[in-house]
Amino acid sequence: MQLHDVWFVLIAVLWTGYFFLEGFDFGVGILTGLLARDRPEKRVLINTIGPVWDANEVWLLSAGGATFAAFPEWYATLFSGFYLPLLLILVCLIVRGVAFEYRAKRPEENWQRNWETAIFWTSLLPAFLWGVAFGNIVRGVKIDKNFEYVGNVWDLLNPYALLGGLVTLTLFTFHGAVFTALKTVGDIRERARKLALKVGLVAAALALVFLLWTQVDSGDAKSLVALVVAVAALVAALVANQAGREGWSFALSGVTIVAAVAMLFLSLFPNVMPSSLNGDWSLTVTNASSSPYTLKIMTWCAGIATPIVLLYQGWTYWVFRKRIGTQHLAEAAH
Amino acid sequence: MDLALAPETLARWQFGITTVYHFLFVPLTISLAALTAGLQTAWVRTENEKYLRATKFWGKLFLINIAMGVVTGIVQEFQFGMNWSDYSRFVGDIFGAPLAFEALIAFFFESTFIGLWIFGWDKLPKKIHLACIWMVSIGTILSAYFILAANSWMQHPVGYRINKARGRAELTDFWAVLTQNTALAQAFHTLTACFLTGGAFMVGIAAFHLFRKKHVPVMKTSLRLGLITVVIAGMLTAISGDTLGKVMFKQQPMKMAAAEALWDGQKSAPFSVFAYGDVSKGHNTVELSVPGVLSFLADDNFNSYVPGINDTNKAEQAKYGPGDYRPIIPVTFWAFRWMIGFGMASFAIGLLGLWLTRKKFMLPQHLRVGEDEVPHLVLFRNKALNPKLSRLYWLVAIWTLGFPLIANSWGWIFTEMGRQPWVVYGVLQTRHAVSPGVSQAEVLTSMITFTALYAILAVVEVKLLVKYVKAGPPELTEADLNPPTKIGGDSRDADKPMAFSY
Repeated sequence: MQLHDVWFVLIAVLWTGYFFLEGFDFGVGILTGLLARDRPEKRVLINTIGPVWDANEVWLLSAGGATFAAFPEWYATLFSGFYLPLLLILVCLIVRGVAFEYRAKRPEENWQRNWETAIFWTSLLPAFLWGVAFGNIVRGVKIDKNFEYVGNVWDLLNPYALLGGLVTLTLFTFHGAVFTALKTVGDIRERARKLALKVGLVAAALALVFLLWTQVDSGDAKSLVALVVAVAALVAALVANQAGREGWSFALSGVTIVAAVAMLFLSLFPNVMPSSLNGDWSLTVTNASSSPYTLKIMTWCAGIATPIVLLYQGWTYWVFRKRIGTQHLAEAAH
Repeated sequence: MDLALAPETLARWQFGITTVYHFLFVPLTISLAALTAGLQTAWVRTENEKYLRATKFWGKLFLINIAMGVVTGIVQEFQFGMNWSDYSRFVGDIFGAPLAFEALIAFFFESTFIGLWIFGWDKLPKKIHLACIWMVSIGTILSAYFILAANSWMQHPVGYRINKARGRAELTDFWAVLTQNTALAQAFHTLTACFLTGGAFMVGIAAFHLFRKKHVPVMKTSLRLGLITVVIAGMLTAISGDTLGKVMFKQQPMKMAAAEALWDGQKSAPFSVFAYGDVSKGHNTVELSVPGVLSFLADDNFNSYVPGINDTNKAEQAKYGPGDYRPIIPVTFWAFRWMIGFGMASFAIGLLGLWLTRKKFMLPQHLRVGEDEVPHLVLFRNKALNPKLSRLYWLVAIWTLGFPLIANSWGWIFTEMGRQPWVVYGVLQTRHAVSPGVSQAEVLTSMITFTALYAILAVVEVKLLVKYVKAGPPELTEADLNPPTKIGGDSRDADKPMAFSY
């Protein structure tokens, strides 16, 4: 295994971390619109992810920065090619971060309601768009011999990619619902489990079709294994959810996301961005990667930093392990 | 294509707007993290409640500010790929590494521990909670270092070779990138300027309250801390700026000449206080200058030869081929002056304030005040300033809070525009760095979107800051004074409300 292969795996790990973590906080953001009956319940939902959403988002910045360093061509083609969808995602992430931090800083109801609306939409749109983006990466887009994306924004909205968007949207919502069931007390916990069942079934159906489609298009034996694991874990997560085993259900929905992302990356390898125009113009781990020297330094950095990050980030979840309900929210907390 | 709307021009405007805007929040984040941590340390060590109230007050303003710093930083991470894909392809092997280091080491640090600090008041024992804000502070400084090392490489590329076959620059010595003198000088200068900014912010807001005789004990402590920060950081900013200027003179002679509108090289080159000239003819029509000072600034010698814009342009033409290697002279000339002027003005106001508000040193007994009284402003030995002058000083001190922000912005505009037409000095020109596949309409869309969004958020942010500044330091609660002893909180009452919630 050469260094650029190691880095292909590490980039996959960073994206997986991002989708696992921000996946449930996108889901919780979406649930503020689907699950919460009143504004105090919205607050409960927002506060389940309050201490952690920011660090979850850093997985995206790390994936972006690491792609820049390890696969500059990939970084350049991807972000200049998927320009407008990425712009929309960035706008959402900006507004979303400000919404979390500023919502409770004024008591006026209008102010808070506006930020709550913003949290819903800015969670929903990226949850959908990341699926569209990855659908397109796996399927291949119009890349010319200079590695430039030559399609337009409508080319990105093809059925396969849109289905990918629906998969991430529903899967993240499910992931968020089981997280809510794990982190809350009272009535909202029960309703989160009921909603998880409904959303989970839809997610399972969509994911099955999408992953099978991927398998038929570009899969091999390894990706088939990942597919089976993803679907089995999702079914098991649903069963655990029904049985009231919330910790298991969350862990299993996490496994689903890990396996699904793994499957996409497995079916991508050794390409990183295939060209739909000509196979010779595809970006691969070899022609898109940095020099061995850079990769070596980066390997040291990621190899040391990532486990430490996992340790202290994991510790955060332990510190804030208590379930919360409306009774835990002080009245004038702004 | 109309040059004013060429994708390169638009991409540059977008980079300028988003970066200057981002850097309004960065210096405050870096300095307020450390200053808040300092105040909280004082609380933990002395158990004097005024320090806890000060921690909560400045901590709140810090959080309102860092939220904007974080979200505008996301754009920075992806903008290179979106608008500058040819730049990314060409330098990614080198430039990407410090960015990835920044994310993996600094961003995770900051974001994780900021969450722990915000929500941790009733979940973490006092000392662990304190350690969290120090971790945030370390994260902000590490982050600054990595990104400044990356920027320094654009100012003065080292530790690389050109790989002709792959058409790109490749890293050969990462240590050189991290520790070259440009990076050290630039980090030193930027970080000291950050503390000047945070100090002035504290001075301005504390002066606002003291002027109205509100929240005196907390604000007096804050004023003092702010003034000392301004004076030390201001002095170090000047020293580091001088160092950076000498580095720049050796590495980017054009930038130094442009900063001074020095058209033709000369011995004992003057420092220009004011100049108005004709760029097309290559000389100044009006000029007011102090002889020898530029030579001294550049080379520590009043008689040294400093090359001018015209000769440097010729030298670069000989080296890099035909072309115009001059930046926009009026912009670099004035940006350099605004940077120094506003930065040093805030330093001078701080120094004056430190003297005026002295507690005991050379101050007669009758002018000393108690803990909860606003200090007299005493310029000369035995007499407080008259009310009119006192009032004037407080007002000037309030306005000072904006000065370093202006200086910082012009500093970045100077150093980035002064490097033009290069994006990486001597290696890659800006016009070869833009994304060839991104259309004019796309760049225009994103530029308008970000500008409009940032403008709205600026209004929201400033209003919120004003609200919390006016509210003053909060009263302490029972919970504030009885922090938990166990990690995760003491479970005395399962339904106890959280000390902080969104």
